[in-house]
Amino acid sequence: MSGLSKESAQRFALGNMSVILLVAVFLLFVLLDPRFLSVQNLLNIGAQASFIGILAVGMTFVLLIAGIDLSVGAVAYLAAVLMSHLLRDVGMSVVGVALAMILIGAVAGFLNGAATSLLRITPFIVTLAAMGVYRGLALGQSQSREANFPTELISVGASRPLGVPMPLWIFVVVLIVANVVLTRTSYGRQLYAVGRDATEATKAGLPVRRITWSAYVVSGALAGLAGFVSVIQMGTIVPAYGVGNEFDAIAAAVLGGASLFGGRGTVLPGALVGTLLVQTIAVGLVFTRVDLYLTPMVSAGVIFLAVVLDTLRTRRLDRLSRQRIRLETAVLVE
Amino acid sequence: MTRESDPATRVSGIPAAVSRLAFAGINKSFFGVRVLKDVSFTVGSGGIVGLIGENGAGKSTLMNILGGVLHADSGEMFLDGEPYTPDNPKTADAAGVVFVHQELNLFDNLSIADNLFLRTQPRGVVPPFISRSRAVSRARELLDRVGLNRDPRLTVDHLSPGERQQLEIAKALGRDPRLLILDEPTTSLTTRESGRLFEVMRELAAQDVSIIYISHILEDVRDLSDQLVVLRDGSVVVTGPTNQFGIDGMVRHMVGRDLGQMYPDRKAAPTADVVLDVRGVTEPGMIKDVILRVHRGEVVGLFGLMGAGRTELARIVFGLDRHSSGEIHVAGRPVAKITPRKAIRSGLALVTEDRRTEGLFMESTVEDNVAMAALPRLTVGPGVINDRRLARLAQGAWENVGLRAANPRRQAVKSLSGGNQQKAVIAKWILTEPDVLILDEPTRGIDVGAKAEIYRLVDDLAAGGAGILMISSELDELLGTCDRLIVMRQGEVVREFARAQFDATTILSAAFGQDVPSPPTTPRRNGRERSE
Repeated sequence: MSGLSKESAQRFALGNMSVILLVAVFLLFVLLDPRFLSVQNLLNIGAQASFIGILAVGMTFVLLIAGIDLSVGAVAYLAAVLMSHLLRDVGMSVVGVALAMILIGAVAGFLNGAATSLLRITPFIVTLAAMGVYRGLALGQSQSREANFPTELISVGASRPLGVPMPLWIFVVVLIVANVVLTRTSYGRQLYAVGRDATEATKAGLPVRRITWSAYVVSGALAGLAGFVSVIQMGTIVPAYGVGNEFDAIAAAVLGGASLFGGRGTVLPGALVGTLLVQTIAVGLVFTRVDLYLTPMVSAGVIFLAVVLDTLRTRRLDRLSRQRIRLETAVLVE
Repeated sequence: MTRESDPATRVSGIPAAVSRLAFAGINKSFFGVRVLKDVSFTVGSGGIVGLIGENGAGKSTLMNILGGVLHADSGEMFLDGEPYTPDNPKTADAAGVVFVHQELNLFDNLSIADNLFLRTQPRGVVPPFISRSRAVSRARELLDRVGLNRDPRLTVDHLSPGERQQLEIAKALGRDPRLLILDEPTTSLTTRESGRLFEVMRELAAQDVSIIYISHILEDVRDLSDQLVVLRDGSVVVTGPTNQFGIDGMVRHMVGRDLGQMYPDRKAAPTADVVLDVRGVTEPGMIKDVILRVHRGEVVGLFGLMGAGRTELARIVFGLDRHSSGEIHVAGRPVAKITPRKAIRSGLALVTEDRRTEGLFMESTVEDNVAMAALPRLTVGPGVINDRRLARLAQGAWENVGLRAANPRRQAVKSLSGGNQQKAVIAKWILTEPDVLILDEPTRGIDVGAKAEIYRLVDDLAAGGAGILMISSELDELLGTCDRLIVMRQGEVVREFARAQFDATTILSAAFGQDVPSPPTTPRRNGRERSE
């Protein structure tokens, strides 16, 4: 009996690792500096979280089908650069700009998906190459100069409908839509099936190739949208924009419970909690004035920890279920 | 009606006009080996047909043809009198031919309801979205029919193996089968769960669903089916109403053949010197209180059905898996906390069941593979490999086993035939000069000639003073090569036969758990009594 409750406690802890970590990290920074708890600081974390958060949602889709997308930072940059060029010649509404950037991202994702699902190349290599190609394209377009955007866009980014910053609104909408897609559509449930076992999914009659492909399109489109969020937030996009952000996005998704082995992960609460965790650490390190040179080390360390935890969790959960099978076979043998 | 000319009417039993399914003259060969020979039989509508046969008799091939996974070389199938030619599993499914396979096809990260309706989720009010409440209530109906009392929203990883099996059956019911094929559906079910399954099957039969039931548990087949079909070596040897057959009769029809001249005259003779001594080894849920001894010069066969615990025992003895109690002695010395490294050092060798994934480095050369396990013996000083000595010894080993390869020093193992790959594995272990060699299904998937050579090698090794433990599902080869035969069932050693007592029917009965009176040398079901 005690063994059973210990087991269920373990299951609970492993299943809710992300929330426990978020609370722990948050409390740590509050202890180090009580001002961390201020409303202003919390809103800061929220607004800055939108960009990484939207990338993390897209990453969750790709991780669900046991893929990975390293090109998201480059795609966001490419979308921004192409957009700034377009805007020189064509006038466009704010919504138009958003849709166009999503479309650019979706095309980039479509190409990634084609290479992974049609040519069956490892997604790691595909998207690593894509990262270089897309960034190269964008740098060629921008001549490595800053890309500037009309003030009209910046004022939208600075607006606060109902007191909440616009980027945060966009993030919330993405979260809700993505969550509905994952939990309330056949397509969403099939993503989980494909990620658990593509061969079995084929046997079950699912269009595995199309589903795999679509995840990269979603990830690309959301990278484009994340680029839009940065554009309206900052108004200026520097050449180094988006570099390394794929790492933050993967970390956020994995910390939020997405498995690198596929088939496991959620947008709500998963990707949200993971994003908040990554962002809390980033802001917290600035807040507590950790040496600037140490910051990348600390965040890399946290990401490494996240992956270690993911591996441990997967193995541990597997063992918990396997033991049960053996026990029951033992009963059978009796 | 001019049905008389229809080939299906000529097959046994029920005329095709009233039959749900008819096989008519199905033939199938793999690489020139005929695995199905002119198979014809019918399944009546609403009938339950028991399909039995030994491993490799052709049951799976036949079912794969029925399910559209494979295509027959010749012959026809008729479903409700219409020609039935499934291109792939999907078309079979659409025709109402539904399979419940032995291995489950479930996604344990999804809920019960998601698994049931993965392709056909009930639609909600707004089209793209699914209605969870409807999915749940429809799932409940299906679960009720199989007697699985679980919340459909629960993810499958919370279910026991038996419950998963029930869910798999519920899934099949959800597809409105005309013909339901159950392949060993009870392996992970408790008696009560099996009982419930049988009720469901009878209800379905009463509702005009036809069922093909494949099982090694012959009592179930006897109690459940109304027609029996026995396959042996790819041919239907007998069909008829099940009540005409006793269990004995079933077994006799399944086995009925003489041993060929595949097997070498034995050079080796067992000595009194115990080289492997397994003393009451137990791992809960896998094997229970296994006691067995292998002597120098002896070839001991280990027989049992799939899942009887033979491979598990081999892995535990070799230290690949843990065991919770019991001792393992090799060449007179106990080996505590055995690991593969210790096992090899103390003189054990294991030829694993799956040479591709567990026995060889497929991309490496034949020479490297052969030398692999013996490397510690081939080094001079601190781990430097003596290349020339390695080459000489490896060559000796592969010549000894009769391995045929164009260039064993350069050629990757994956380019060899199955038989030659297996010889490479055996050569690898011969180089370590083992006292005990355990072979797990050493002749699976290799051709007849290579089989005979492997039997010869086994005999040679025994003659050289090694003890051999050979696991096989092919009873013939054990009868042909072994001095002694041990039968395992459900993780326990249940019977032991000396060569003089070898009798296929009795041995099979023991493996199936049948009560057939037998020579009284060893008490049944309890190894402990024997040792004391």
